Amino acid sequence: MTRIELTVDGAKVSDDVEPRLLLVQYLRERLGKTGTVIGCDTASCGACTVHLDGRSVKSCNVLAVQADGAEITTIEGLAADGEASGADGQLHPVQEAFHECHALQCGFCTPGMIMQTADLLAENPHPTEDEIRQGLEGNLCRCTGYHNIVRAVQYAANGTSATPGTGAAAQPAAGSGTIDGGAA
Amino acid sequence: MTVDQEFSRLEDHRLAVGRGRFHESVRRADLAHLRVVRSAVAHGRLDGVDVAEAAAVPGVLGVFTAADLPDGPPIPARQPSPGIDFTPYLQPPLAREWVRHVGEPVAFVVAEDAYVAEDAARLVDVAISELPPVLDARRADGTTVESLAGVPARVGTIDTGYGDVAGAFDQAATVVELELDTGRHSAMPLENRGLTVGFDHDTERLVVWGAAKVPFWNRNVIARYLGVPDDRLHMRESDVGGSFGIRGELYAEDLLTVWAASRLRRTIRWVEDREEHLLAANHARQQHHRVRAAFTPEGRMTALDDEAWLDTGAYIRTHGAVVAALTAGMFAGPYRVPAFRSQVHLVVTNKMGVGTYRAPGRFQNNAAREHLMDLAASRLGLSPEEVRLRNLPTGEETPDARPMRIFGAPMLLDGGDHHGHVTKALATVGWDTWTARAGRARSEGRAVGVGMAAILEKAGLGHENAVVSVDTSGGVRVAVGSTSVGQGAETVLAIAAAEVLGVPPQAVRVVLSDTDTLHDGGGTFASRTTVVAGTAVHQAAEQVRDRAARTAARILQAEPEDVVVRDGFAASRHAPKRQLPLGALAQAAAAPGFLRPGEEPGLIARSTFSAPTMTYPPGVHFAEVEVDTDIGEVRVTRYAVTYEIGRTMHEGMARGQVTGGVAQGIGGALYEDLPYDADGVPLVRSQRDYRVPLARDLPDIEVHLFEDVPAPGNPLGVRGVGEAGIAGAGAAVMNAVRDALQLTAPLPRLPLTQATVLRAIRDRDAPAR
Ligand code: FES
Ligand code: FES
Repeated sequence: MTRIELTVDGAKVSDDVEPRLLLVQYLRERLGKTGTVIGCDTASCGACTVHLDGRSVKSCNVLAVQADGAEITTIEGLAADGEASGADGQLHPVQEAFHECHALQCGFCTPGMIMQTADLLAENPHPTEDEIRQGLEGNLCRCTGYHNIVRAVQYAANGTSATPGTGAAAQPAAGSGTIDGGAA
Repeated sequence: MTVDQEFSRLEDHRLAVGRGRFHESVRRADLAHLRVVRSAVAHGRLDGVDVAEAAAVPGVLGVFTAADLPDGPPIPARQPSPGIDFTPYLQPPLAREWVRHVGEPVAFVVAEDAYVAEDAARLVDVAISELPPVLDARRADGTTVESLAGVPARVGTIDTGYGDVAGAFDQAATVVELELDTGRHSAMPLENRGLTVGFDHDTERLVVWGAAKVPFWNRNVIARYLGVPDDRLHMRESDVGGSFGIRGELYAEDLLTVWAASRLRRTIRWVEDREEHLLAANHARQQHHRVRAAFTPEGRMTALDDEAWLDTGAYIRTHGAVVAALTAGMFAGPYRVPAFRSQVHLVVTNKMGVGTYRAPGRFQNNAAREHLMDLAASRLGLSPEEVRLRNLPTGEETPDARPMRIFGAPMLLDGGDHHGHVTKALATVGWDTWTARAGRARSEGRAVGVGMAAILEKAGLGHENAVVSVDTSGGVRVAVGSTSVGQGAETVLAIAAAEVLGVPPQAVRVVLSDTDTLHDGGGTFASRTTVVAGTAVHQAAEQVRDRAARTAARILQAEPEDVVVRDGFAASRHAPKRQLPLGALAQAAAAPGFLRPGEEPGLIARSTFSAPTMTYPPGVHFAEVEVDTDIGEVRVTRYAVTYEIGRTMHEGMARGQVTGGVAQGIGGALYEDLPYDADGVPLVRSQRDYRVPLARDLPDIEVHLFEDVPAPGNPLGVRGVGEAGIAGAGAAVMNAVRDALQLTAPLPRLPLTQATVLRAIRDRDAPAR
């Protein structure tokens, strides 16, 4: 057992942990931070992404002891951590953008995607579509086809819907009888 | 009333802030962890399992083998198939005498801590006398299986069709044929399989979180297995990180976990890791097709004939022969086919069992048939779109009942004018500009190509129950047997009630598949939630609205027809100022003064909707690809789908379903495969090795939803949309690659891995023999 002390979502915690305990397990099982989820445990899906001292890491790829002394932010502390006030129900702008752009379906990849996006935008506040797609390559989504996730990142970057691309939620209809033309 | 279609889903807030209710978020003080010990051998006689060392590890609560389990029946097939006896091919929850695939459960450990359970599981000693594995369904066909009591490897054949096929081929001006293999895929939802089962000491009941797909059926099977009444189990709703057909089928591990909770009388959690998921969650797709079609000189198809072998893996899984039935039954797609035959042989091998993965049968049959259509176009000197248009039924020819049955029900093409749909699709996406752009790129020496696929989809199957009620505070509750598998069922079903009751969807609480709130329920599969459950909710909500109107009429002394229910109030058209809140009406509807004989007290109604036949909407997929001919790598550079949706309940969600399906389909077309080595050992053991599309692999995906032909079979007119995006993706991408490489021959297999593409280029460039 090793003693660790760290800050998680703004709260100081200390614990005795086994050296092999993964950070993600520590967050989930010890601290009850179940918002951070596990998709692969081999650092290939990104579902478990959290911020460690401000940078995104895959928490299944970090031992709890390696987080000793660090400041960790999870999806559950993101709103309070950033520019948003953290009042109940308040969302971080990236959470807001995912919400707005239908960027989630099952929502299992969402915590990791949002944490990765927040980091991406901190590094590069106005990424191109290509930079977004590259920047998210460590995060798998099996539901959305990424389309609306890319839109959400653009939305978060610009504070508004970016390109009205043909596939986007705001896609203009072609011909009568398509959704926009035909729906009652 | 129409609901604002662009509001955010009801699920989104909790999921975006990390408060999803996945089964692993359930916290219990008495939680213990279950770890399965799996066969490392593909095929063999199980000589013994020694658990002594594992059982001695501190923290281990028990190590169990088949000898400890009840002598219950094997895992049953949910859907019988007339003429096929699945019994000898069903899997016991733990291997008894034989192991039949790598990953098959042979024992399990329960421990206080997940790490300890895993450590102890490694100490279980499994002795197996190996047998040679069977890995090729076609070669296995005709043999018998010692490890299944000597039964034939061929489980059965789904054989369907009509008309004089042989005669049509005799008369044909042109016959085209090809053989196609489709790879072994899996759905790979981001959340692994798992279950949390609590034991309630007060009631002795078992509370189950995480049964994602067909909880009522799973409950009943588990109860039978344990020998307890169904009601001893309480299946609770949970959020689920994707199903796509595979999550939530009843697996051996589900039985083991519930059994362990009842035996140890405490909360047990089983969560597989990704390697186990790859070894033991349903596989899908692996088929070999041999298909031919007969044409007149004008390019009219006179017959279509397919024979296919489905590698079902080691055991028949819960869906029975559904994949084969859909492959065969829908092989003709949208076309006018005067003579048709499709046979699919189900053959067992020593791989993981296959199940229904999003668009089962259709991903495969669309690929085989649509590739054949492109081949026919080349042979007949027609464009790919022209050969299709010549064979698509027009509005005058539909609705049309094909002289055959599918799942025992007639196959009524109710999707309207297929010719018209494709014509409109070509115009909508500007297909001319696609072919021109590809042609220009090729003239510059780039291997760019475009491909299309005309598909027939299907949706809605079986029945679903719903109860809609308004409580005395005015709260609206919908309880329904469907589950949420991450597709937004909660939102869609809230809309179905909200539009009838005139309340915002946000005001509706939806309880999905809680076995204590309903007595029976169907579940979530086959793009049926909107169609079947949506209709049940709609009908129940209508009854509640009418009852509210009747009650209001009695209070207001108005005619029920004059009462309008809107925004949570009822009022007479003639005196709109006097508004009665729904909550007050709920109270009144239970009060003796307002209750008429025979009426149930309160605002509550139940409804069941049973889809008499599936709905069969058309769709078209369009793909543009560029091939790097040096390394054989294919990149999809443009993609569009058109689909007849009947009516959209929530546009953002409908589009999302199509887009996500396309992404999965592109994965299946280009990367995804689960190969085995010669010893029957799976080569793909981690997420890293199972390449699924990443954000950078995909283009923007255009989705055009047509609402031209509301489904006649349900009052909402909806057609379901869950599988439209994946069904034609293999076909369209394959056709685009053939175009990019300007092949005269067909491509032999999906996925189009670099090796497959390079071989196709080599064969193309080889001097003719
Ligand atoms: S769970 Fe950590 S990357 Fe997949
Ligand atoms: S929303 Fe399901 S994996 Fe991304």
